[in-house]
Amino acid sequence: MKDDKYYRDEVPENNPTFEVDRRNFVKLLGGGLFIYFQLGEFLTGVAAEAEQQRSVPKDYNAFIHIAEDGKVTCMIGKIEMGQGIITSFPQMVADELDTPIESIKMVMGDTELCPYDAGTWGSLSTRSLGPVMLAALAEARLVLLEMGAQHLGVAKDEVTVENGVIFVKNKKSKKVSYGQLASGKKIEKFLEVKPKAKDFSEYKIRGKSFNHADGVAKVTGQAMYSGDFRMPGMLYAKILRPPSHGATLISADTSEAEKLDGIAIVRDKDLLAVLHTDFEKAEAALAKIKAEYKFDEMKVDDKTVFKHQLEFPSESRVVKSSGDIETGKKNSDQIFESEFHNSYVAHAPMEPHTALGFMEGDKVVVRASTQTPFGTQDGISRELGIGLDKVRVIAPFLGGGFGGKSAFRQAIEAARLTKLTGKPIMVQWTRQEEFFYDTFRPAAVIKITSGTDKAGQISLWDYHEYFAGARGSDTIYDVPNAKTTSYSSRDVHPFGTGAWRAPGNNTNTYARESQIDRMAVQLGVDPLEFRLKNLKDERMIGVLKAVAELFGYTSAKGPSGRGYGIACGFDAGAYVAHMAEVTVDKTTGKVKVVRVACAQDMGFCINPQGSLIQLEGCIIMGLGYALTEEVKFTGGDIHTNNFGNYQLPVFSWMPEIQTKILDKNEAPQGGGEPGIICMGGVLANAVFDAVGARLFQLPMTPERVLEAIAKVK
Amino acid sequence: MAETIQFELNGKKVEIPLEKNQTLLWALRINFNLTGTKYGCGLGYCGTCTVLMDDEPVRSCGILMEDVAGKKITTIEGMSVNGKLHPIQQAFVDHDALQCGYCTPGMIMNAYGLLLKNPHPTREQIVDGMEGNLCRCGAHTHIIDAIESASKTMKV
Repeated sequence: MKDDKYYRDEVPENNPTFEVDRRNFVKLLGGGLFIYFQLGEFLTGVAAEAEQQRSVPKDYNAFIHIAEDGKVTCMIGKIEMGQGIITSFPQMVADELDTPIESIKMVMGDTELCPYDAGTWGSLSTRSLGPVMLAALAEARLVLLEMGAQHLGVAKDEVTVENGVIFVKNKKSKKVSYGQLASGKKIEKFLEVKPKAKDFSEYKIRGKSFNHADGVAKVTGQAMYSGDFRMPGMLYAKILRPPSHGATLISADTSEAEKLDGIAIVRDKDLLAVLHTDFEKAEAALAKIKAEYKFDEMKVDDKTVFKHQLEFPSESRVVKSSGDIETGKKNSDQIFESEFHNSYVAHAPMEPHTALGFMEGDKVVVRASTQTPFGTQDGISRELGIGLDKVRVIAPFLGGGFGGKSAFRQAIEAARLTKLTGKPIMVQWTRQEEFFYDTFRPAAVIKITSGTDKAGQISLWDYHEYFAGARGSDTIYDVPNAKTTSYSSRDVHPFGTGAWRAPGNNTNTYARESQIDRMAVQLGVDPLEFRLKNLKDERMIGVLKAVAELFGYTSAKGPSGRGYGIACGFDAGAYVAHMAEVTVDKTTGKVKVVRVACAQDMGFCINPQGSLIQLEGCIIMGLGYALTEEVKFTGGDIHTNNFGNYQLPVFSWMPEIQTKILDKNEAPQGGGEPGIICMGGVLANAVFDAVGARLFQLPMTPERVLEAIAKVK
Repeated sequence: MAETIQFELNGKKVEIPLEKNQTLLWALRINFNLTGTKYGCGLGYCGTCTVLMDDEPVRSCGILMEDVAGKKITTIEGMSVNGKLHPIQQAFVDHDALQCGYCTPGMIMNAYGLLLKNPHPTREQIVDGMEGNLCRCGAHTHIIDAIESASKTMKV
């Protein structure tokens, strides 16, 4: 199964090639051994996805630096937002170079020091960058061995390496360390890399569990996020915001704000900002600006949005088709038609978008909480009309991303204000701004017509996905007559939308797995048995059987009254299956999740501990969009503005969580997203199993649960 | 002469000019450069800005500086002594009780306040006490484990 969203073939042509400035780089790091790699081919697909203005760099673009003390610095353009590659990448590097893990230092997300990278998303770091990095490191190891042999005056097949020390195989005392090889010189090696298949079971450090490498920094408050940097003369900027998307500023009276001490006002085209050394003083001054707007808003709200979507002009494309839908209808004994709705949800990372801009000579430098440092660099260059060489973006630790920090509006704002004033400018969004400018997971409609034949096989699958995104929209089941159609439009939403952890797949898996459950119930077949009967993919069957064992599942027709749900799916190269147990209070409509089990097949797992934590995080985050999270709005006016009216999962919700990562000797796959895709489906199916009422809309708020129960009666 | 206020911050007496409407959160972050205390929502919903005031966990975004005069404030920076992690911090590291880490200082301070009041809480009491602190990454179960384990090693 191919994850089509992240592997498109088209690369934009006629775009400027960005050459990495190696001289700068060498100057910054001093002496030692530099190894450069060309990762060109790997980057091709992701650059197109990012719609960034440059094409894939032709230059060498990944670096390893070995210093005289043996310390290995690995520079990658990815960022750390809690997903844990700051822990798992050193495992890969250490293993491949045969050097202690303690000697590895990561430099990440700095456009000046790190190789180009399209962005940290799609659970791609390990599965996509990983294999190329590994091949590169394997080559680097050979180069080091060669240099070592030369140094020791023996043939290269006479030496080997352990813990960063090269020695003669039959004479261990004759040795030289990586650091000694690098000592007193500046050596540059350029390698061309072709990824090759590996036997993952040979790994020593990978496959072992490591706690977060950044744990101590984060428990002491020493870890630096964008808002934690301080510079002499730094000013906080508070920017005038419209009351709604679709409002245009007509006039602004700043006279009262100007009277306040220490306030400066900057106005440039659409941007009006107040500056002050103190965040709260800037905020108070902003509140004194009187602004008038004109409104041109879309007539849609959170209640009418699904009707609006179905009526909205859109482009359709057939994502996948096999057999013939009409034949499928003829061959079906029973036909099932359903329409599923899913709401807008927010990313709501605990750290709102933040950026600090400052000038270094004529260069604009921005420290920003962004998942796409290079995309942000592009955006700033475009917005300010200055060359890429005049923009540097550095992403420190991110306080969560989940796809929301692929948007970098705050970094552009900081860059513009710092360029206009020449001063260091901190743009720290409030929670309200974060909700207002978030690129929400799109609301969506899924229509499914499916059928089963007399033998209980699925004979028809006609799937229509409106604005969810196509990821995860293929049926994973073995159906002779199946078609998936995707509908999209740029203008259907009254505000920004974007990628939200496993984009598209949460909605698609919810709809598909609910429909499968409906059919199983109607046929009077146990929902696990029905799935197994209609699946051919061995890995999907594998995770379903594994989760059933983990959960202690026993067969029963639905609704069994036990409150058990099942769902399975595919995302980011990985297979997942979930089971859940819920109780439903029939008088209040409140759903309590008692336990959730999940089995995941993600190929070879680099850091089992890190992966389990990601998996648990997916399950917990998924409780929110399944049960409570929904953005309320009227036109472009977003009523959801803080955690008081947007309920995230909290401690008292925690179900018992059982997880299992299958032991596989295959290429590593994504782990940051797959575990969340089944949460809507598994809980909707569990609610049905508890009370016999099916919910066709997420989130399953108490009101909707009561409504669904009333319909059954 | 501008009016000033004095209080104790992480064991040291400090004094700053009193600014009307300044909150403890921004005084810590700007005047004292103690950036371990995070801004999360500004209205007391999320708990990322939690510090101890006279050993009580408070949301520093909702505390005005004029109410801090004469009080004892402890922030995440005041938790480890001579580079040695506080037992709660150590437990968070050992239990991998974090991901992005942004809510972590607030979680630890709230847990500290909880354990000062009730050194040996049940799991339910921990859940109750932590209910108001939000974590988006979903580290909850590890956080409960960490607090439970710290309650066994911590000497109050």
